[in-house]
Amino acid sequence: MKVMAQMGMVMNLDKCIGCHTCSVTCKQAWTNRAGTEYVWFNNVETRPGQGYPRQYEDQERWRGGWTVGADGRLRLKAGGRLKKLLTIFSSPVQPELADYYEPWTYDYATLVEAPLGDDFPVARPKSLITGEDTKVTWSANWDDNLGGASEMGHLDPIVAKIRRESEDRIRFEFEQTFMFYLPRICEHCLNPSCMASCPSGAIYKRAEDGIVLVDQDRCRGWRQCITGCPYKKIYFNHKSGKAEKCTFCYPRIEVGLPTVCSETCVGRLRYLGLFLYDADRVTAAASTPDEKDLYQAQLDLMLDPNDPEVIRAAREEGIPEDWMDAARRSPVYALAKTYRVALPLHPEYRTMPMVWYVPPLSPVVDLLKEQGHDAESAGTLFGAIDALRIPVEYLAELFTAGDVEVVEGVLKKLAAMRAYMRDITLGREPDGSIPASVGMTEEAVYDMYRLMGIAKYDERY
Amino acid sequence: MPGLDGTASDLLLKAGRFFTRWDETDDGRAVFRKGGRAGDVFYRDRWSHDKVVRSTHGVNCTGSCSWNVYVKDGIITWETQATDYPSVGPDRPEYEPRGCPRGAAFSWYTYSPTRVRYPYARGVLVELYREARQRLGDPVLAWADIQADPERRRRYQQARGKGGLVRVSWAEATEMVAAAQVHTIKAHGPDRNIGFSPIPAMSIVSHCVGTRYTQLIGGVMTSFYDWYADLPVASPQVFGDQTDVPESGDWWDASYLVMWGSNVPVTRTPDAHWMTEVRYRGTKVVTVSPDYADNTKFADEWLPAAAGTDAALAMAMGHVILREYLVDRQVPFFADYVRTYTDLPHLVRLEEHPDHPGAYVAGKFLTAADLGGGAEEEQWKTVVLDEATGRAVVPNGSMGFRYADSGVGRWNLDLEGVTPRLTLLGGEGVTVLLPAFVDPDGSGSVLTRGVPTQRVGGHLVTTVFDLMLAQYGVGRTFDGQSLPGDWPAGYDDASTPYTPAWQEQITSVPAQACIRVARELATNSEESGGRSMIIMGAGICQWFHGDATYRAVLALLMMTGSMGRNGGGWAHYVGQEKCRPTTGWISLANGLDWSRPPRTMTGTSFWYMHTDQWRNDGYSTESLASPLARGHVRGHTADAIAASARMGWMPFYPQFDRNPLDVADEAAAAVEAGEAPDAPAYVARALQDGRLAPAIEDVDAPTAWPRTLMLWRSNLFGSSAKGDEYFLRHLLGTHHNVLGEDGLGGENPRAPRPEGVKWHDAAPEGKLDLLVSADFRMTSTTLLSDVVLPAATWYEKHDLSSTDMHPYVHAFSPAIDPPWEARSDFDMFHALARKLSELARTHLGTRRDLVSVPLQHDTPGETAQPGGVARDWRQDGVDAVPGRNTPVFAVVERDYTAIADKLASVGPLADSLGFTVKNVTYRVEHEIARLAQSNGVMSHGPAAGRPAIDTDAKLAEAILTFSGTTNGELATQGFRTLEQRVGKRLADLAEGSEEKRITFAQTQTAPVPVITSPEWSGSETGGRRYAPFTVNIERLKPFHTLTGRMHFYLDHDWMTDLGEAMPTYRPPLDMHRLFGEPRLGPDGAATVTVRYLTPHNKWSIHSEYQDNLFMLSLSRGGPTVWMSPGDAGSIDVSDNDWVEVTNANGVYVARAIVSHRMPDGVVYVHHAQERTIDVPKSEATGRRGGIHNSVTRLLVKPTHLIGGYAQLSYTFNYLGPTGNQRDMVATVRKRSQEVHY
Repeated sequence: MKVMAQMGMVMNLDKCIGCHTCSVTCKQAWTNRAGTEYVWFNNVETRPGQGYPRQYEDQERWRGGWTVGADGRLRLKAGGRLKKLLTIFSSPVQPELADYYEPWTYDYATLVEAPLGDDFPVARPKSLITGEDTKVTWSANWDDNLGGASEMGHLDPIVAKIRRESEDRIRFEFEQTFMFYLPRICEHCLNPSCMASCPSGAIYKRAEDGIVLVDQDRCRGWRQCITGCPYKKIYFNHKSGKAEKCTFCYPRIEVGLPTVCSETCVGRLRYLGLFLYDADRVTAAASTPDEKDLYQAQLDLMLDPNDPEVIRAAREEGIPEDWMDAARRSPVYALAKTYRVALPLHPEYRTMPMVWYVPPLSPVVDLLKEQGHDAESAGTLFGAIDALRIPVEYLAELFTAGDVEVVEGVLKKLAAMRAYMRDITLGREPDGSIPASVGMTEEAVYDMYRLMGIAKYDERY
Repeated sequence: MPGLDGTASDLLLKAGRFFTRWDETDDGRAVFRKGGRAGDVFYRDRWSHDKVVRSTHGVNCTGSCSWNVYVKDGIITWETQATDYPSVGPDRPEYEPRGCPRGAAFSWYTYSPTRVRYPYARGVLVELYREARQRLGDPVLAWADIQADPERRRRYQQARGKGGLVRVSWAEATEMVAAAQVHTIKAHGPDRNIGFSPIPAMSIVSHCVGTRYTQLIGGVMTSFYDWYADLPVASPQVFGDQTDVPESGDWWDASYLVMWGSNVPVTRTPDAHWMTEVRYRGTKVVTVSPDYADNTKFADEWLPAAAGTDAALAMAMGHVILREYLVDRQVPFFADYVRTYTDLPHLVRLEEHPDHPGAYVAGKFLTAADLGGGAEEEQWKTVVLDEATGRAVVPNGSMGFRYADSGVGRWNLDLEGVTPRLTLLGGEGVTVLLPAFVDPDGSGSVLTRGVPTQRVGGHLVTTVFDLMLAQYGVGRTFDGQSLPGDWPAGYDDASTPYTPAWQEQITSVPAQACIRVARELATNSEESGGRSMIIMGAGICQWFHGDATYRAVLALLMMTGSMGRNGGGWAHYVGQEKCRPTTGWISLANGLDWSRPPRTMTGTSFWYMHTDQWRNDGYSTESLASPLARGHVRGHTADAIAASARMGWMPFYPQFDRNPLDVADEAAAAVEAGEAPDAPAYVARALQDGRLAPAIEDVDAPTAWPRTLMLWRSNLFGSSAKGDEYFLRHLLGTHHNVLGEDGLGGENPRAPRPEGVKWHDAAPEGKLDLLVSADFRMTSTTLLSDVVLPAATWYEKHDLSSTDMHPYVHAFSPAIDPPWEARSDFDMFHALARKLSELARTHLGTRRDLVSVPLQHDTPGETAQPGGVARDWRQDGVDAVPGRNTPVFAVVERDYTAIADKLASVGPLADSLGFTVKNVTYRVEHEIARLAQSNGVMSHGPAAGRPAIDTDAKLAEAILTFSGTTNGELATQGFRTLEQRVGKRLADLAEGSEEKRITFAQTQTAPVPVITSPEWSGSETGGRRYAPFTVNIERLKPFHTLTGRMHFYLDHDWMTDLGEAMPTYRPPLDMHRLFGEPRLGPDGAATVTVRYLTPHNKWSIHSEYQDNLFMLSLSRGGPTVWMSPGDAGSIDVSDNDWVEVTNANGVYVARAIVSHRMPDGVVYVHHAQERTIDVPKSEATGRRGGIHNSVTRLLVKPTHLIGGYAQLSYTFNYLGPTGNQRDMVATVRKRSQEVHY
């Protein structure tokens, strides 16, 4: 056992209001400069939707992440190290600017400086790449709130996949409308395929907290990392010629401040904390043959910080005591491992991503309109899970490599929490059978409620 | 065995390892390094700053979020949210980290290319002015010279909005503005100088200083809350209060939460988390929204009521609740509540309808005067029947107890042991006729139903409760006898209003869903003690009949005992910003320390008249009337506005057909000569004689034109101007996109004409002499302005912020000095005041001003017209009696040479008269002395010895000092004063806070929670969350209404004539019937006609941020229109295609966003999209496309003009016609995809 510490994040999508404050504060702090105009270390996608860059989840096309060969060994999907070396001078498979978007501005100065003419002055859009007039046709958030979804929704790789399996499962019609938001940063993976892709050894994972960084001095601009990252969260700075990525705000983390995106999250849905994990078992976990077992394999890597054996091994590795305390108080450990309501994004990419998501529950009962059920009664909430507006299959494709049961289990816990808490809220005797039905104790449900509902600052970070 | 790649790779890797040393996993999969991180120093450097300054955003939103602004080398770098709000308790979520993406993008403006860096003026005007100034040697004479020449005037007016702004100095800019204002005062009257600056709470000091300046010179401030259509007129109607709402932290207390026409994640972004979090307590969340809105994502149930039909749903829910919770089973909690806190048990007289013998209509409330009471106040005391004795009882608390000496200690809701009868069931049943509006064309019909009655004091009466059951169609039997009339057969009776099945046909919400949600809401209230909350917003408020819809929704909460509860009741969230330190703000803003009364004006009627939108109004008021109307509301809307003004109901400015300074002199002369006892009597007689005329009666005459318009903290022409193109045409006299009846801008020849407002065949174009705006960015308004002043941003000045969404007051602080030549609004107005005072020495000196103001709410003036009956002195034989059936006339002395001194100091009327809010007068002598110590006093001049408010920080200190919410001594004093009238204990709500003073310095350190004060209706005492009306409910303090209770029933003749005495459903306006617009739907060829809705924008706060590069990058990068795939398909439009949206009012050019989240028949053009960013020329007119409001127009609802009658009386931003815009229809067509700019 080699115990290492890893900073992780949980985002509770059930609380995300899609406001993009995280994106803006991140961009203002880190990437509002020449060369990174199109770069959003943090972006928020409306799902269903194509994402940013568009269709990044289509790994048949972009070749990101890892695969397991017939020999059981893990390979970069874009090709192993030997192939990388041999093809280092050929163009890597990676999105072009148009797949992100061509950044633009406006000739604002016209508004101030226009001479007397015969009509209102207006600021026209100008490309930030060419400086020429442009028409705005795509952006980092083009399909926000299902904009254009009736025409383009089928281009969402997950929609396409589900439709292949069931033609009428997802239809873009008014009565069946559903959506949710997916904020994304770099996953700071335990098994980062960007790092493995880099011919220069410029990408490294910090020993003390697992943050994945690009060494700006060593980066030679090969851009293999962009191909390697299945989340497309490494960007090419077209001015410096180097790769750049989310730094998990390490200059803030190091002085005890949360990341910018977390602290400014208006929905209060982001949690930061430490995991302890067994670095020796990462490769094995990432090589788990069945994709659907990857979530469990990843969870198994997360070590119990209260386990004396883990504590002993951690001390051996020189992990300081206050870090051990932090691991024990870690809200991300609680949500991912204790309550098992936070799930990794696309575990099938086999990178062991360390940004976890609580899937969105709502809305629940509107499809039961004619049945006259009370929303808060336990039976209704459980019964309603398979009638969710958001198809469980869609969530499963995001978080469990298609394993619907795991997602349903999480949603049932959220539903049980609501049903259980209603009695407490109204001053009635709580019903212990509700937590029991989802395999939780009353105390655990109440604690989970406080962490997710009350979510004080000191408990989120 | 797991591993990486294959054997060749392993060998390769091992070779590499020979040369390099690093720490790695056994399989070489991952590399870890320590030290040697020089390559990352870039990010560490970037995260560095010299200081962090707390400020906020003075934008028209209710966020009032505290932000940290980062500064490096004197340059603002970025901002993040402050997270140090005082805790709201251990078992609740906190307010941190309030903010939104728009606020997070604000610092972009500081150095953006759209920043206004210097003063600018219209080049054409500057040339004219400099020439005249040179020639005449005097600024005022120069201005007068230009205005006297129609040709020169036209030249610069027609250049408005077309570029050609040139840099001028601050000195020249202020001189031009001051000269124009002095000329206007001298030549036309001070009430032709107009100011507009909305929403004080968003930057209290900046609003206060400019308003104070405007009032000191006798100018007119136009309203915003009603103008924005954010004012729910139902609030004064029902509660006698402008609006009071729970802070968002109180959503956490709700155990049933409905969002009705309010898209919380977009419009209350910093607060939305309370809604998502309260679900975890087991609270059910329901949304009512025509589209799949952002908040629908969180809803357990979505009721997709068709746009504008919400009242039908609410009426049917009320039908269910009345039937199941108050009739078939009477929930004691509900029954007790409605008896005590609502007008339901109060008696109403029935009158036989002249056209329907044997059938009755509901009339006025029965009063003590009807029972023989002789004192004047008896006309204002309503009556109930005692359940026990059957005798008529006059309960405490009605308006008759509020002002009369006899009411001292009895203005309360204590029923003193009497249980009022809710129903007279068992008494004789009579047929009542009730108006209904069920036809989609909006025309009325008559329902025949019955009520049980009794004779009291010779009058045939029933209760409001019995009338309500008749209105809602809840039939009853007594001793096997049914009441007369036609009643629904059951919930599934689709042909009879207002059943669940009936509403389904209108709203498309399934009847079962309607029934279920009604039951859930009521049952939850019963189980939780009224913790059912309905968040209401623009989606239902901003319709022409939004007040009727609101009353139907509020009724649900009043029936179920949910109003005045933590976690319950209404939560109206649109434009409702709460200026918490209200007494200090409003008193200093209105200059009440120097002169009273101020001139305040209802924005909607002001702009409706002065932009000549009345000339094209397609309908007369009768077309809105009930079939049972008795002719009280009649004629053109302009006639109704004129009548309302002359009867003292609503203000109108300019007042007279001549200068009110001259009128004051004439009055003084007449009094001196013994021809009149006093000035008001003189004015009343002069009006009646015809020697003097209200300006509105010839509103297009040059004598009635507004002459200067000063805009700060606002973007009238790019945002709120409904009928924007009419503003451009008539007010500004520049080019416009009015398409008109003929597509060429022609007026509608069939439009009815008013009788009492003179018609000119040629409408004036270019009424305004001068348009001035102050801003930090270029907007549609600055482009149109003659003078543009460079304003400091919100990170460059001292100011105060508050909101009703949270209980804190906090500060703006300068992170940097205003760059370039920018100045704070405070400094700007002081510069202007100095220049005006200087010019006044030659041109004005000291003058008297005859000020005309309406009868005001929360003053004895609201009891001037018993029964709401005003006799119109324009009718033969009716005398004009000042302050009874006319406005109130007052003479104010204005020393125009001392404006700057007065602006900078607190005047002596503060000591002698105190400051009054909601009829509670605060004595402030002690506060004056304290302020003199902290701020210092003026050393010389007209204000020598008076406390100084000559810096923005000192003005902030004064505002906090004079307000109960921020000064515990005043809060306690106010409660003690109120206790005497109410006769109930109140002062304990603030006791313990007497020593608490919130100083400006404290607000700069961190947000500070406010003190419970009689200025508002709720209590924060003991750390509870603020919910409105808790003091009324818990302490039996009356509502400020006729009965002292919440009103289901409104007995004013105009309400009755419009068929809205009780909650009802009125369909959206039929714009085909009223205006001849095309019928809704595709025409089968190139166009589709749709309901044109302007909901609030995800990517901007009104027009602010819609030009911000970050927001444009995250959205579609320019003007958009959201359409359903069905509507888009009908005109062959694909996503991102350019389209044009037109109607008679103008044209809007945008790109389409096609989405299945939109229903057919409705488009969303989010508020507010200007013409400054990526707007090409339109095909319809060949000119630049318009703003979102280019295809809207003003529609004035006559009932909003009622005044002088209890809660239906005027106060600024409390009551007035709303600038509603949601009933608009427009036609969408695909245009050439080749666009030109």
